[in-house]
Amino acid sequence: MDYSSHPLLNHSPSSLRANASYPQSSSFTRQNLFQAINSALKHSLRTDERTLVFGEDVAFGGVFRCSMDLATEFGSERVFNTPLSEQGIVGFAIGCAAQGMKPIAEIQFADYVYPAFDQLVNEAAKWRYREGDTGGHIGGLVVRMPCGSVGHGALYHSQSPEALFTHIPGLRVVLPRSPARAKGLLLASIACNDPVIFLEPKILYRAAVEQVPTEAYEIPLSQAEVVKEGKDMTIVSYGQPLYLCSSAIAAAEKDFGISVELLDLQTLYPWDKQTVLQSVQKTGRAIVVHESMINAGVGAEVAASIQEGAFLHLEAPVQRLGGWATHMGLAFESFNIPDVTSKLLR
Amino acid sequence: MLSRALRGGHRALTLKRNVNVYVPLAKRTVTTDAASSHAEKEHVPEEDDKPFQVTLSNESFETYELDPPPFTLETTKKELKRMYYDMVSIRRMEMAADRLYKEKKIRGFCHLSTGQEAVAAGIEHAITKEDHVITAYRCHGFALMRGGTVKRIIGELLGRREGIAYGKGGSMHMFAKGFYGGNGIVGAQVPVGTGIAFANQYKDNTNTTICLYGDGASNQGQVFEAFNMAKLWNLPILFGCENNKYGMGTAANRAAALTEYYKRGQYIPGLKVNGMDILAVKAAVQYGKQYTTEGHGPLVLEYVTYRYGGHSMSDPGTTYRTREEIQRMRSTQDPIAGLKQKLLDWEVTTEEELKGIDKEARSSVDKEVEIAEKMAVPEATPKILYEDIYVRGSEPEFMRGRIPDENYYYEQSVREGGNLGRYEGERQAA
Repeated sequence: MDYSSHPLLNHSPSSLRANASYPQSSSFTRQNLFQAINSALKHSLRTDERTLVFGEDVAFGGVFRCSMDLATEFGSERVFNTPLSEQGIVGFAIGCAAQGMKPIAEIQFADYVYPAFDQLVNEAAKWRYREGDTGGHIGGLVVRMPCGSVGHGALYHSQSPEALFTHIPGLRVVLPRSPARAKGLLLASIACNDPVIFLEPKILYRAAVEQVPTEAYEIPLSQAEVVKEGKDMTIVSYGQPLYLCSSAIAAAEKDFGISVELLDLQTLYPWDKQTVLQSVQKTGRAIVVHESMINAGVGAEVAASIQEGAFLHLEAPVQRLGGWATHMGLAFESFNIPDVTSKLLR
Repeated sequence: MLSRALRGGHRALTLKRNVNVYVPLAKRTVTTDAASSHAEKEHVPEEDDKPFQVTLSNESFETYELDPPPFTLETTKKELKRMYYDMVSIRRMEMAADRLYKEKKIRGFCHLSTGQEAVAAGIEHAITKEDHVITAYRCHGFALMRGGTVKRIIGELLGRREGIAYGKGGSMHMFAKGFYGGNGIVGAQVPVGTGIAFANQYKDNTNTTICLYGDGASNQGQVFEAFNMAKLWNLPILFGCENNKYGMGTAANRAAALTEYYKRGQYIPGLKVNGMDILAVKAAVQYGKQYTTEGHGPLVLEYVTYRYGGHSMSDPGTTYRTREEIQRMRSTQDPIAGLKQKLLDWEVTTEEELKGIDKEARSSVDKEVEIAEKMAVPEATPKILYEDIYVRGSEPEFMRGRIPDENYYYEQSVREGGNLGRYEGERQAA
């Protein structure tokens, strides 16, 4: 995948200006994903006293450099390393948030989040629900984690566990596709008064570079974006596979003479059903694409919702395309996830 | 800056973390001298397999609620030479992995144990194949000691079918009889090891389970959960913290409130041991094994050791510690050089014979690495991708591919009690 010229990324300020999501008066700078995340964190630390950033090796910049130089600028009281203790990190962050802080906790790899799953499902997600009239909540909480395949991460460094969280009311699950989207969505997640799971496709940290507004801006949560309009078919996706979809669409439109609409869900839960249904009602066909496995994945929910909400408009059954229902074997990882041609097969 | 202004009024928001005020110093008071043991050369017998005594340095151990192990160790010339051979083999294999990674033949994660060889080799010399070992991701040396072969270990790193886990696991996932990996999730192996120990106690086996983790992992909650169960049920297990001073890039004292890891079992007696001296490691584990098999319950060991390289291949290992520190450990505390010096001082062997052992170990490793490098790149066939998810023969009819055309149908002939008609029908329907 050549990201350097991929049309999904804003390679010039003019394409950014054409998109109403971004502040029109802002200056721009070329940033990759980790730099865009870093600037969102920096903005929050600068403007909100309550923001804390912590996690394993975070004070050193984090293994993917997202928190680079933050400890130097904001001090070890606000940006600090934690022990290797995922359950502890998330529980601790929940406690901070309950006191009105805005903790942004980093789980070093999404694959490591499972010890913290109990804290997220049983504490974070239910906090507001169980507080009754005290009005207590942990809205300040954001848990960031890198996810997805890099080609050779194997069993414990390549998983995409987003579907485990989209099952849980109370959590908001966000997964951006690019540096500029990530900055706006992360700032919206920090501002959001509910706990947010923010997944970052780690393969894009360095590879995806685009023009990003230097000003702070928010991209609303729970809103899908129509990345490309089309008439004959809708592809719903999020994160890295959007690049594959976009390339596959270009090839399919050329070869088959069709017109395909591409949607980026951006927020996976609670997700923007309306935009998806409107699109499918128009096109009559839909494919849902994600990197993680098909079984009980995000695609299952989206496909079922389309069937409920746009059945009479459908010209064909909704298709799902995702990772194989198996584990990420070291030598087999690249075969395990969707590619451009697998979309062209049907 | 801003935080000071805020401290005036809003008490609920004051930041009272004093991370800079109290930083306990990392205590490593046992020696890390790899050549601190002593034997009189006139007491060393002619015969290769006749036992004699070695006296360990009195700085080899520190104990917590435990009588120290004997400071003498019975050994033979043959064993000492084998220990040397083993450590040289591990290092040679790690160096080969280092090269293959840099040549981009090994992809993904790769954690080398160079510098820590005395722990893996010393433990193996204190236990038998009836005992069990489980460890974290820095596992190549343990896999080799437990009976894995160099070619299958390197084959695994290369992602080959002949690899120890069929090329599906890579660096962190290696298994052998009595060896339960090779685990990628920090701390996750500790309760698993506890279960292994329980099962062996239940079956009236007289063995012990060696359950290892790093100084970073020792802060995981499940480590303490495992301690509690092990003591509660008096299990024959030797928990062991391989303290190499850094959890990835974080110095032990920046991540742990108590860096005396051998005391962290609280109600479990502890034993800290010089992990650079293979003889001290053997003495400690031998003693621990006897302690647990006699029914005294678990112990928490701390092996004070040092890794020369970074945490993994992507970490140069020089940003959070000084080059001088690494150089000092390498040049003065090296476990292989330490044992070598003793073997010569005690006249267990001659310079000539030692060179021969070196050569033999290296060429044997090199030969196997060469075989591994020649192993064919495995085919990415669905049969391989979908095997071993469930009991072979009991799988569902098919597993999903990325699209329905790629669905994988398990072979009918191996499915238990399969109904061909039903199977064919579903196949067509899908």
